[in-house]
Amino acid sequence: MFKKILIANRGEIALRILRTCKEMGIKTVAVYSTADKDSLHVKFADEAVCIGKPASADSYLNMAHIMAAAEITNADAIHPGYGFLAENSKFSKICADHGIKFIGPTPEMINSMGDKITAKKTMIKAGVPVVPGVEGLLESVEHAKRSAKEVGYPVILKATAGGGGKGMRVVWEESEIQKAYETAKAEAGASFKNDGIYMEKFVEEPRHIEIQIAGDQYGNICHLSERDCSIQRRHQKLVEESPSPFMTDDLRKKMGEAAIKAAQAINYESVGTIEFLVDKHRNFYFMEMNTRIQVEHCVTEEVINYDLIKEQIKIAMGERIVGKAYFPQMHAIECRINAEDPYNDFRPSPGKITVLHQPGGHGVRIDSHVYAGYVIPPYYDSMIGKLISIAQSREEAINTMSRALSEYVIEGIKTTIPFHQQLMKNEDFKSGNFTTKFLESFRMQ
Amino acid sequence: MDIKQIQELVKLINKTSIGEITIEEDGKKITIKQKKDPSQKIITNIPAAQMAAPTYAPAPAAGSTPPPEKKESTDSTQNLITIKSPMIGTFYRSAGPGKPLFINVGDEVGKGQPVCIIEAMKLFNEIESEVKGTIVKVLVEDASPVEYDQPLFLVEP
Repeated sequence: MFKKILIANRGEIALRILRTCKEMGIKTVAVYSTADKDSLHVKFADEAVCIGKPASADSYLNMAHIMAAAEITNADAIHPGYGFLAENSKFSKICADHGIKFIGPTPEMINSMGDKITAKKTMIKAGVPVVPGVEGLLESVEHAKRSAKEVGYPVILKATAGGGGKGMRVVWEESEIQKAYETAKAEAGASFKNDGIYMEKFVEEPRHIEIQIAGDQYGNICHLSERDCSIQRRHQKLVEESPSPFMTDDLRKKMGEAAIKAAQAINYESVGTIEFLVDKHRNFYFMEMNTRIQVEHCVTEEVINYDLIKEQIKIAMGERIVGKAYFPQMHAIECRINAEDPYNDFRPSPGKITVLHQPGGHGVRIDSHVYAGYVIPPYYDSMIGKLISIAQSREEAINTMSRALSEYVIEGIKTTIPFHQQLMKNEDFKSGNFTTKFLESFRMQ
Repeated sequence: MDIKQIQELVKLINKTSIGEITIEEDGKKITIKQKKDPSQKIITNIPAAQMAAPTYAPAPAAGSTPPPEKKESTDSTQNLITIKSPMIGTFYRSAGPGKPLFINVGDEVGKGQPVCIIEAMKLFNEIESEVKGTIVKVLVEDASPVEYDQPLFLVEP
């Protein structure tokens, strides 16, 4: 049993982790940069240690400072949350070297899924369907042309060293391939210092459907069904829901089994998520694995009545997974509330929250670290809270979300609440008719 | 004094950092106060002849700005400088048990002079003073944990 957990994160996830620790009777240590000294989780933690200046590199990404804080407080485990050091295999190793349990996977597991080409190879070996493509890096325009003929147009060129849209080009026919290859290579080189490009079949109008999994230290893996995260803007998720409006019982069974196979292939320990692309024919393809707890984990928690953070901590303490598969019993939708102005291209809007009134009532969950008088620092991401609605049907979950959004008052900064309000009234969203392309044609009224 | 003159006065005061102005004319007295910043100068007894174009002295702004956080002491009115911890770890006043303390209250300390050790993960780091002056107070006990930016010493320059 852990006596004390150091939370190596900030904002809403730090508060989330702290809440479960409190319920489990585990003492908490909050670490914070000077910009976060008034943060809610700092106020609620049993102990708090200031670990550096506001810039992430000086604080939340500074492994030496975090380890020093763990040392002076005698923490026996560290929860990395998401982002920051959560998928940093070096940090996982440093914790192990110091006898402090990293609440997450081992360095080897993180590395096996961190490199995209290695991850893909591992999945092919495990019999998990992957996006059809050509093995290895493209060596020339001629090689690209031959590969594209093999795979079949349309194809997508991708950078091996990074994502976020850089070094990515969709090619619809052979006449475009030379230019696409050359510009993708140049862009990848400039963005990641590595101009390696590989090719995959371009999955048209895909849905992003991911499967939550959990694995213990004894090789047992279970899955907790899907979340649909197709509503994305520039590859950033804005809304997530479970079950997916596109899911069928058969597809869920197949994807769940594939996700378990993927986790078993690396003997995965802790909670994680396998992300799939699903095309209009309901063919699904492995995209990547996130070896951490995710922002949208709350959606699964509400439809399956499961505390994923508690599960993570229990797994880290050596407890066994019970069960093989968990299915949604309810319908839940999550809207990420960001300090951004949706009327001005989602420009960030840090500043002081002067008035705050959060919604409540049946079927409403809020995971948020802000309060009236709180100043949102400009150094970190803009998410200020997650609003989740839970109901027995998708239609009711949308109605509950609309109602909750109409009660949500935040003044002093701009937020994406108006965007979510309009989205909940959108006919395509309401009918479940959307892919990852949806927000490209969505306009604020 | 008519309403227009009073309006002009109010406009004028809003543009300046004058906190309060009192004018007496023909036995009538008017005092106009700025709501926001109860400021430094109170100007009284402007002769009525100057009503059309009153003169005023702009209030000094410097006195009301808060002292820059880094250098000023949190409690006293003197000009003390705080040496803050640049790292997280355990604070030690000497290089080892039985060894002499780096500094004591009353000692002169120079720039670059070691004032304490902060130990983290078995590495001992000598912390050097960035200022020159006299040690007025030691704020942390020997062998206790310190965090980033924690005040360690008060120095009188």
